[in-house]
Amino acid sequence: MRFRTTALVAAVAALGLTAGCGAADMTKQASPFANARGSKTVTLSVQSWVGAQSNVAVAQYVLEHELGYRVDTVQVDEVPAWDALSQGRVDALLEDWGHPDQEKRYVADKKTITDAGELGVTGHIGWFVPTYLAKRHPDITDWRNLDKYASLFRTAESGGKGQLMDGSPSYVTNDKALVANLKLDYQVVFAGSEAAQITQMKQFAKDEKPFLTYWYTPQWLSKKVPMTEVRLPPYKEGCDADPAKVACAYPHTPLKKFLNADFAKSGGKAAAFLKKFRWTTEDQNEVSLMIADQRMSPQDAARTWVRGHPEVWKRWLS
Amino acid sequence: MATLSVPASRLGADRLLRSRALGKLLLLALFAAVLAPWAAARWPGAAWPHALTVDLSGPLASASDWVVDNRDSHPLFLYFFGYVSNAVVLCVRAVYLTLLAAGWAGVTVFGALVAWRVAGVRLAAGTAAAFLACGALGMWVPTMQTLALMVVAVLASLALGMLLGLAAGLSDRLDRALRPVLDTMQVLPAFAYLLPVVLVFGIGVPAAVLATVVYAAPPMARLTSLGLRAADPGVMEAVASLGATFRQRLLTARLPLARKEIMLGVNQTIMMALSMAVIASMIGAGGLGDRVYQALASVDVGAALAAGIPIVLLAVVLDRVTAAVGERLGEGAEAAPGRTAARRAVLAAVLAAVVLLGRLTGALTWPGGWVADIAAPVNTAKDWMVDHLYSGVPVVGGTADWAAHFTTWVLDPIRDGLQGLPWWALLLVVAAVAWLIGTWRTALTATLAMAAIGVLGVWKPSLDTLSQVLAAVAVTLVIGFGAAVAAARSARCERMLRPVLDVCQTMPQFVYLIPVVALFGVGRAPAAAAAVVYALPAVIRIVGQGLRQVDPGALEAARSLGATGAQQLWQVQLPLARRALLLAVNQCVVLVLAVVVVGGLVGGGALGYNVVFGLAQGDLATGLVAGAAIVCLGLMLDRVTQPVERHVRKGA
Repeated sequence: MRFRTTALVAAVAALGLTAGCGAADMTKQASPFANARGSKTVTLSVQSWVGAQSNVAVAQYVLEHELGYRVDTVQVDEVPAWDALSQGRVDALLEDWGHPDQEKRYVADKKTITDAGELGVTGHIGWFVPTYLAKRHPDITDWRNLDKYASLFRTAESGGKGQLMDGSPSYVTNDKALVANLKLDYQVVFAGSEAAQITQMKQFAKDEKPFLTYWYTPQWLSKKVPMTEVRLPPYKEGCDADPAKVACAYPHTPLKKFLNADFAKSGGKAAAFLKKFRWTTEDQNEVSLMIADQRMSPQDAARTWVRGHPEVWKRWLS
Repeated sequence: MATLSVPASRLGADRLLRSRALGKLLLLALFAAVLAPWAAARWPGAAWPHALTVDLSGPLASASDWVVDNRDSHPLFLYFFGYVSNAVVLCVRAVYLTLLAAGWAGVTVFGALVAWRVAGVRLAAGTAAAFLACGALGMWVPTMQTLALMVVAVLASLALGMLLGLAAGLSDRLDRALRPVLDTMQVLPAFAYLLPVVLVFGIGVPAAVLATVVYAAPPMARLTSLGLRAADPGVMEAVASLGATFRQRLLTARLPLARKEIMLGVNQTIMMALSMAVIASMIGAGGLGDRVYQALASVDVGAALAAGIPIVLLAVVLDRVTAAVGERLGEGAEAAPGRTAARRAVLAAVLAAVVLLGRLTGALTWPGGWVADIAAPVNTAKDWMVDHLYSGVPVVGGTADWAAHFTTWVLDPIRDGLQGLPWWALLLVVAAVAWLIGTWRTALTATLAMAAIGVLGVWKPSLDTLSQVLAAVAVTLVIGFGAAVAAARSARCERMLRPVLDVCQTMPQFVYLIPVVALFGVGRAPAAAAAVVYALPAVIRIVGQGLRQVDPGALEAARSLGATGAQQLWQVQLPLARRALLLAVNQCVVLVLAVVVVGGLVGGGALGYNVVFGLAQGDLATGLVAGAAIVCLGLMLDRVTQPVERHVRKGA
């Protein structure tokens, strides 16, 4: 113990000397694990869905093997990631599905976060049924007919109503408001995580059972379980402004990257690379399928993809 | 609880007690007869009346916004919280860099040497093996991150706990003020501590360390104070008569006399800090907990296990080493000073040589080739289980079927029953049970805590959580009492159980989620199952101890009167061990609640889900209200099951 105690005493003494006067701004603190032993570290935030893991895995591989950085990843959901990003506790958020409130507060007002351009992937959230069900009941893909089929979707957790399955509590969703405002005979049931949702969907699909779910594209599972979207009242600019009164579909969102403002300025090659990082839906799906379906580790999947697509990632380094 | 009070009252010896219980019930019934019709008429419906709620989400949301907007400009943050936060980051970083500089060989040798000095060769070998296993699982860097965080949090907790303990041990007034607070803090689930620190410090290591300190300091304070107060009056008198000053008395007599309790406090603090450091990965602690959290989010059981095993190893090693120090202190054995110094010099030389060797060969980080990938085979095994055990097993049914049946036949009826019961009736039930088991004081606290849940406006989700707690407690008690009775009656059974219990009791709550997700999928049933597994060891141990401590004379007498084995158990052992049984129920309830709320991560829903949601969406208002409701629920459950006299409890 003495070993560590001495180090601690030294650290506290150093703190006393350096911080003896002036203010301590806790919003400008890096992670204590960053830049250890002279290595250059980039801290990336990972979100729980596989697409986000793919972005981070490939960025991590290129940063480590081409640019010589050490990469720390931290699991943070999108909204807390904005806060962590603004405080410099993570350096980058690679896939954001649109958080206008946070964007206004941190990018426009406080200027602690910088917009780092688009990821190249366009995301779309919606309500989906499996294609085998849409073939059986072609009119199920219109929201006005959903009540007619509510009994098909009844489960133990939905209590007499039809079940609309949602995934992780951290995702962008208006589903509870939608069900209420469209006066549907449905109950929103959160699976708790996307992985749980996927497990459920796979089990349903194995027996071709009916289900209605919150889902999104691009998603690797759509290759395994083909899905058909249910048409909601069309999206118009601003129709989702008041979260309690939403009664329209979700928009098509070009996914964006954000960097901590200080990192964007002084992050050197890593920051330049992350700003240029841009790939297509197909590229992302290729890595996602390797991770989620072939059970490869994210590192291995990233290595495989990087070896196969030098023309894509060489552009990010130039 | 019915199973407990029946044999007790059957004894007949405490007819007086029964009449008093009857009196209490009558008084409550009278109370209810007056108030219930009025309440029912005024606020009809079963759920807590909306008119009696206070909506805190508005003020809390604006408080959270204010913090975010003023964090970098307000003096409170610049001159106070900023320094706290900076100090934490600097300390963790210093320890982390030291650990990395020592290299994997250096850290392993250092750990083994310390274990050898204080606890002997076997533990030293165990420690070294544990560190090597962490490396072999590919978890060296996360393990060091968790260790760095732990070292800082534990040292801070010990300092804080010691200070509070000294204050409470030396001043009666402070003791009276602190004891209820510390008592309450020990029964609260770790989960409830996360949100308030996030509100002030944001997601990150400082918040994680501070939450850990708040959670881990109370046992140190309690046990220090206990040790100081238990000092032998004869010795104190002797020291005082020798003319020692107050400081001399404290340093040379009272503290050394209390060293056994203090060491137990250190052990408890370390275990609680480890448990919290892992849960705190939800607020950005990083390290091993973060790997488990990431893996749980993608239901990757193999990866979760690879990160979970180092946590368990760390916990077992730390527990054994500190416990061994405590025992050695208790015996008061000291080696000759000359030999100790020489030995220390040799050990330091060995350590320095290893670190230097590591540095020179450039082998500071764990070599990549030495990593065994256990995730893939574990996942293959899990997939096989899902295919073969999950559902459709003939006769017994699959694990998923059990989970579904448990949900529809046990959890749903209890939840619907609780939610269907009028709110005032529920308050009365709480008051009645608490009063029968404890005093009017505990009953009042329990009822007020329950009412506070209603006022917070989370009556329904809280009852959902309560239903999961009750179901899990029932299962735990049935299994736990069965196992304890078996262990108490057969020495072989006890020998087989003991190591299992030892390991189970030292594992952090988070780890229990991994196997249940693999077996039961996602939902309320796995959350309850994890809680059962977590609470079981404590119940078995307390009940077993209680049964074994039953006066052998009484048993002998019963046997000579020709009582059968079952009669001995039901009419002698269980009634005489009543206190231990009640304590077991109390422990069980507290431990189950702690895990049921963590179950929000695997689809447990209710209050735990609200906390997870609050963290995930940055909606601190929802999370804080749920956290407060968890606190109230914990308080209520503890007081309801609290036997008249308090015992020192083994922390979670």
